[in-house]
Amino acid sequence: MKYETVIGLEVHVELATKSKIFCSCSAEFGAEQNDHVCPACSGMPGMLPIVNKRVVDLGMTAGMMLNCDINRVTTFDKKSYYYPDLPNAYQTTQWFSPICVNGRVDIETSKGPKSIRIKQIHMEEDAGKLVHDDWTDTTLVDFNRTSVPLIEIVSQPDISSAEEAIAYLERLRDLLRFAKVSDCRWEQGSMRCDVNLSIRPEGSDVLGVRTEMKNMNSLSAITRAIKYEIARHTRALETGCEELVQETRRWDDNEGKSYAMRNKETAGDYRYFPDPNIMPVVIDDEWLDRIEKSLPELPEVKRARYIDEMGLSEYDADILASSRALCDVFEDALAVCGNAKETANWIITECMQVLNKKKMTADMLAISGTSLGQLIKLVMEDKVSRPNAKRILAAMFENDIPDVEAYAKQSGFIVSNDTSFIENIVKEVIAADPKSVADFKGGKEKALMALFGKCMKQLKGNANPQVLREILIAEINKI
Amino acid sequence: MKMYVAETEKSVKNIVVDDMILTTDMPTSAGSRMLDGYMSLFEAQAVTKLKEAGYTVYAKANTGEFNLDLLGETSYYGAVEADGKLTTAAAQAVKTGETMAAVTLEVNGSGARAAALSGLVYVKPTYGTVSRFGTIPAVCSGETVSVTAADAATAKEVLWAIKGHDDKDGTSLPQEKCVADEVKEIKKVAIAKSLAAGEDAAKLEAVKAKLTAQGVEVVEIDAGELLLAKPAWNILMSAELCNNVSKYDGVKYGYRTPNYTDLDQLYTNSRTEAFGYLTKSTVLFGSETLSEANYYKVYDKAQRIRRVISEYLMKTFGEFDAVLGLVSSKSEYTLAQAQENKYIAYDESLYIAPAMITGIPVVVTGGVQLMGAPLTEAALLALAETL
Ligand SMILES: [Zn+2]
Repeated sequence: MKYETVIGLEVHVELATKSKIFCSCSAEFGAEQNDHVCPACSGMPGMLPIVNKRVVDLGMTAGMMLNCDINRVTTFDKKSYYYPDLPNAYQTTQWFSPICVNGRVDIETSKGPKSIRIKQIHMEEDAGKLVHDDWTDTTLVDFNRTSVPLIEIVSQPDISSAEEAIAYLERLRDLLRFAKVSDCRWEQGSMRCDVNLSIRPEGSDVLGVRTEMKNMNSLSAITRAIKYEIARHTRALETGCEELVQETRRWDDNEGKSYAMRNKETAGDYRYFPDPNIMPVVIDDEWLDRIEKSLPELPEVKRARYIDEMGLSEYDADILASSRALCDVFEDALAVCGNAKETANWIITECMQVLNKKKMTADMLAISGTSLGQLIKLVMEDKVSRPNAKRILAAMFENDIPDVEAYAKQSGFIVSNDTSFIENIVKEVIAADPKSVADFKGGKEKALMALFGKCMKQLKGNANPQVLREILIAEINKI
Repeated sequence: MKMYVAETEKSVKNIVVDDMILTTDMPTSAGSRMLDGYMSLFEAQAVTKLKEAGYTVYAKANTGEFNLDLLGETSYYGAVEADGKLTTAAAQAVKTGETMAAVTLEVNGSGARAAALSGLVYVKPTYGTVSRFGTIPAVCSGETVSVTAADAATAKEVLWAIKGHDDKDGTSLPQEKCVADEVKEIKKVAIAKSLAAGEDAAKLEAVKAKLTAQGVEVVEIDAGELLLAKPAWNILMSAELCNNVSKYDGVKYGYRTPNYTDLDQLYTNSRTEAFGYLTKSTVLFGSETLSEANYYKVYDKAQRIRRVISEYLMKTFGEFDAVLGLVSSKSEYTLAQAQENKYIAYDESLYIAPAMITGIPVVVTGGVQLMGAPLTEAALLALAETL
């Protein structure tokens, strides 16, 4: 018999807010353990939750990027369960009235285009993290991540293969990163995925027994896990070697196998009820408009515009459109210097080189596009030499340089147009190196390059190469 | 009378707060072994406001566990009795003149009952007009910081010191509403027959006589709708309490059992050893109430009843300026009575449930309660001054 696979994904994404969802603690990743903790997010009695409006902004942004309807009145509910990483013994989430419903993500696979429907997006708080100390054989808890805001994006069971799941997750990641909803880093846990999977005879409209794999944190592991589960389900249905039960399973990526989790860890009545301390959040037209206006152009729209309107190559446009940060710097710089190709080159070659050296990704490009535009303009006008411009660019990665020309002047990076000044330097260099002059005159072209280099060094790079070359040849010829 | 006393100079304006209100110079234990000796890192907004207004918060009055009980009888530190009758430490401190007023967190009527039985004046203001920041959460949708004093003028003075909008409390009303003190003359009062049956019916008659003598029209109404408040409130109370005390698990602070070898035992034994019977029963009842199978049958229905009662009261307040009723069924209770009927607080919530479930203001005076429309506590207190 032929079987078809039915997959629904629940994706958790940590929102890119400065502070946590119900208190003012920093939500930043990577602090010392328990540095970002206050009485509220460590569950001490007497603190009341105050909703971080920025979380609602980003929840709405995510919904709009995924073509959802926004619920104009959205509420927070409590989900109760005991675990030491959950200091209140309840998680505040959205159960009864999530912020977004009925969305759609369009994907493209080897089988062509397909739409995956989104059931809902809800906002919630993250839990803390248990850290086991082998030395003392104790488990300690780190509350830094407690109450960091999350959205959970729940798809309809519209996905029918690992390839589609990956296409969906990649598209989701692109859209959310583009809209600056989240940095979506699998490796830091800011993007995580639960996979719900069942199989059924092809064409059947009855769903098979569903298993869930929780907290998957890489695309390759998800691919392997889905393929494994499809094979396991198919084998079970065909041979009856195993009875399929609805359960939560743990995927062990090292062994390449999934395991049933103890029932105790998974069975639960979460006793949801509305949090009486949080008034319903009412989203008015003004709020909705503000978020709508802040939405970015979609990456593929930008890509097409870069090629069609700005004449960039497909290669350049692909790279730029892969990251919102690159697009932002590119568009800001272009507005100042007016040369798209030159700007693209500066970003793709020079900026990327600095990023690579710093082991940073494109998304982390944080220099001012306006400053970069000023720099490119100075280079195009021959006011700053390319090597010096690279030095200024490197400085831009360290500090904000709002007035690049002033900075260049102050640092002695402005190209000299004073030909008599250049002539004097050239005369000094020639006088000090009669051998190279003789060599050049004897037909050795390389000797000219040596002299040129010495002059440029004396001039600290601040000469138009063409002008310097002309003066150098003229002075040699005078001898 | 069991109280923690702060190491602070007493002044002429001494206030006692109860064990549900967080202070940083005295422990806050919610009357529970679970939080025995718990020192908070921050204080309640009500305490901050009292200090700002020149009051000295010098002592902490013992309460029943999470203030769920009749009159403090479930406290880990023991009940308070005066002349053989059960009362609360806060009311007793006011009655003996130990303090000018007591500021307490009203959860299930013990504050109102203690005031009524001790002949004191008590005011539970409109929900949202006093910040709940820094109060131990028990039944968040109804609990309200309240004031007990010997007379209405003092109760008003202290209440107005703690009222006010607070950004740290998401249910806090806007400032102008919090401190609204327009006093509309009370001309027509209803006696709710559904809340009038009890040993203290004579007190109701006495208040009625005084009102009539002042030219206030007093009319009896059935108000059978208000009887729905008790079961609905008991459901909501247990659901919220169950959720709110789940954070006391022996992991982070508070009582931890010495008897455990794994996490389940740590949770179970800590809670079993530290919670009293009323908290345990309420947790079990609340847990059942919120279960998937019962949520719509029980919890959601109680929420709908809450709206029905609100609508009924709003309609009633369209016609009457205040509604009168009793606060308890008996005129006194002994510790033995409370211990015999372990769920007496669930029964006696009949009287206070309408105000707890809807958040309307209540003033207790002359042993009876006066309920008013939201934000009319100033008018109720003004009337109480004349009684
Ligand atoms: Zn915090």
